[in-house]
Amino acid sequence: MSVTMLDKLWDAHEILTNDEGASLLWVDRHLVHEGSHHAFAKLAERDLPVAAPELTFGVADHYAPTRHRDHVDNADVAKMLDRLSRNTDAHGIRLFGLRDPRQGIVHVIGPEQGITLPGLLINCGDSHTSTHGAFGALAFGIGATQVAHVLATQTIWQTRPRSMRITVEGALPKGVTAKDIALHWIAKLGTGGATGHAVEYAGSTIRALSMEGRMTLCNLSIEGGARFGMVAPDDTTFAYLDGRPFAPKDDAWDAAVQDWRALASDAGADFDREVRIDAGDIAPTVTWGTTPEQALPITGTVPDPDSFDGARVKAAREALDYMDLVPGQKLSDIAVDQVFLGSCTNARIEDLRAAAAILKGRRAKVPGIVSPGSMLVRAQAEREGLDRIFTDAGLDWVASGCSMCVGMNGDTVPAGNRCASSTNRNFRGRQGRGARTHIMSPVMVAAAAVTGHLTDAREFL
Amino acid sequence: MAGWTTHNGKAVALPRANVDTDQVIPARFMSASRAEGYGGYLFADLRDGDPDFPLDRHPDASVLVAGPNFGCGSSREAAVYALVDAGIRVVVAESFADIFAGNAVNNGLLPAAIPDAGAILDALGDGTASARVDLDGGTLTIDGKTYAFDLPKIWREKLVNGWDDIDLTRAHADAIAAYRKTRAKTASWAWPDGAS
Ligand code: SF4
Repeated sequence: MSVTMLDKLWDAHEILTNDEGASLLWVDRHLVHEGSHHAFAKLAERDLPVAAPELTFGVADHYAPTRHRDHVDNADVAKMLDRLSRNTDAHGIRLFGLRDPRQGIVHVIGPEQGITLPGLLINCGDSHTSTHGAFGALAFGIGATQVAHVLATQTIWQTRPRSMRITVEGALPKGVTAKDIALHWIAKLGTGGATGHAVEYAGSTIRALSMEGRMTLCNLSIEGGARFGMVAPDDTTFAYLDGRPFAPKDDAWDAAVQDWRALASDAGADFDREVRIDAGDIAPTVTWGTTPEQALPITGTVPDPDSFDGARVKAAREALDYMDLVPGQKLSDIAVDQVFLGSCTNARIEDLRAAAAILKGRRAKVPGIVSPGSMLVRAQAEREGLDRIFTDAGLDWVASGCSMCVGMNGDTVPAGNRCASSTNRNFRGRQGRGARTHIMSPVMVAAAAVTGHLTDAREFL
Repeated sequence: MAGWTTHNGKAVALPRANVDTDQVIPARFMSASRAEGYGGYLFADLRDGDPDFPLDRHPDASVLVAGPNFGCGSSREAAVYALVDAGIRVVVAESFADIFAGNAVNNGLLPAAIPDAGAILDALGDGTASARVDLDGGTLTIDGKTYAFDLPKIWREKLVNGWDDIDLTRAHADAIAAYRKTRAKTASWAWPDGAS
C-alpha cells in the first residue's frame, strides 16, 4: 500500500488511540520560550515535574532586546526573561538565553543546532512551529494548555489532519523566492484555505530550494491555515544537518539517514487534496491588506473591494481603510516609512545575503532594522561583511530576536507608519498599534529600502 | 475546570472575517499571569476609539457571533483567556482556525462552527438575541431558529466533562513508558546528541 509521509510520521509516533478517534503521540522535541510561562504555572499548580527535560529546549526570543543587552530597562521584558530562566533552571531544561552566543529565534536555532531532525515530532507553543517540517518532521504549534501537557507527559493528543499536497514544478523566475511561492498559494486559496490539513510541498521547484527556502515556505503554511507544512528529506536536508551540534554522529548518523530516506511519501500515495502550481506563474509578491491572503504581484494595482465575493468585500474595504490605500493605485507607487528585515520567516544567512546583494553600494531612503535570525547567523554575516553593507546603507544592524515581527521587546512601528517587512503577518497592529505592514521577500524589502516605495526587486537584479 | 452541557445567554454580532488572535488580544498584554485576569484586554485595539463596539454596547453578551476563519494567526492561548474572562462561553463562526479551536475547548469555550453563521450575523445586526446551546444535541437555537454545529466527539466529551488531559494521559503511563523504550531502541538517533 502507498503511504504518505504524514501517515508514516504519524504512525511512528502513535502510542494509542482513544474511542473518540484521537491519537496520543510521542513528542521528540519540545521547544519553550518566554510565552510558555502559563504552562509552567499550570505545572507548578499541580506540583508536577517535567517528564523529559533532555528533550526540552528553552529559547529567549519573543521578548529578547535587540539593543543594550547588558542591562534590560523595560520591566516587563526583564520579568519575562527572568521567568523563563527560572522555569528552565528549576526543571533542568537547557536554555539558549539572552547572553548565549547561540541565542536566536526558536525556529531558526532548532535547525541550526541540529535539534530539529527528520522523522521527529516537534512541538512548540508557537504557530510557526510548522517551519521545522521543512526537514521532514511532524512539527506543529500548540497552545499553553497543550504545552503544559507536553511538559508533564512528553505526549500530545491530536486528531490526524487531512493530507494535502502542493506541487510546484519548474524553475523559479529571477527575483522570485520561497516567500513568493507561499504568498502566491495563500492569495489563491485564502488564509483558511488549508485549515484542517497537513501540507506536503513537492515537485521540482521545491527539490531545488535550499533548506532556508524550504523553511520559509513551511513557516508560512500556518498563514494558509495549515498547522503542518513539510518537505520530504533528501540530500539537501542531510548536507545541512551533517555535523550540527545536537545531530547524531558516526554510526548513529548513518542509521538515521537510512531511516530518513524512507520517510518520503510513496509514489502513488493518495492525498485528500492536490494543488498544482507552475513556478513560472509566480511573481515577486507583496501584501496590500491586513491578512496574508490580501497579496498581489508587485506589478499589480490595489484591488477594488467590489471585485471580491461574499465576506471578502467588506474585509477588503476595511483593510484598505486601515492601510490608507485606494483602489487602482499602483502597488509600486506606495511609499514606505521604514523597513524591517528579520523574523523566523526570512532572517537566515541566505536571506541576508540576498538583501545585501541589492543594498551593496547603495543608500536606503528610509530607516530600517536588520535583525538576524540568530546570533550565529549574525556572526556569520559579520564574517562575510554583510553588516557593513547594511550599516553603510544606513540601516541598523541589531541583535537577534523576534523584534519588530511582533513588537513584544519594544521594537515597534509607530502608528500610521508603513513598513516593508520580511515577516509573516500583516495583521492590524501586529508590528505596533496602528502600524501598516506590507509583507514581502528580503530582496523586495531591500529594494523598497533603496527607493523608499514598494519596488519590483527585479529592477536591481 | 467545570464541565457544561447547556448554556443560555445573549448573542451579539462581530461581523468581521479573519479575526486573528492579535486582534483578540494585542501582544503587549501577554505578560500578565492568568490570575491577574485577561478580560480587560479583549479586542483592546478594536474597541479603543470605537464607542459602538458590539461588546461595549452589550457587555453582558456571552455568545459571540463572528465572520469566517475566527482565531487565525498566533497560537496565543491568551486570546481564549481574554474571551473567557470577559464572560464569553460560545463563539459562533462559519469556520475556526485549528489551533484556536483546540485552545478554546481546553478552556471550556465552545467554538461552534456553523455553515450558516453569515445568516445569523445578518439577523443579529446591531442588536442581540437570546441564544441556547445544547452540547449533547450539537445545536444552537437563536431567536427561535435552530442550527446544528459539528463538534468532534473528543471535544464534546471534554467540554461536557471539564476533562483535564493531563489526568487522562497519566492513566496511560504504562503504554507511554513502553513506547519510549521501543523508540529508544528502534530510533536511538531521535535523542539529541550530547555534544556541546
Ligand atoms: S519571529 Fe515573529 S513569527 Fe517568528 S516566532 Fe517570533 S514572533 Fe513568531
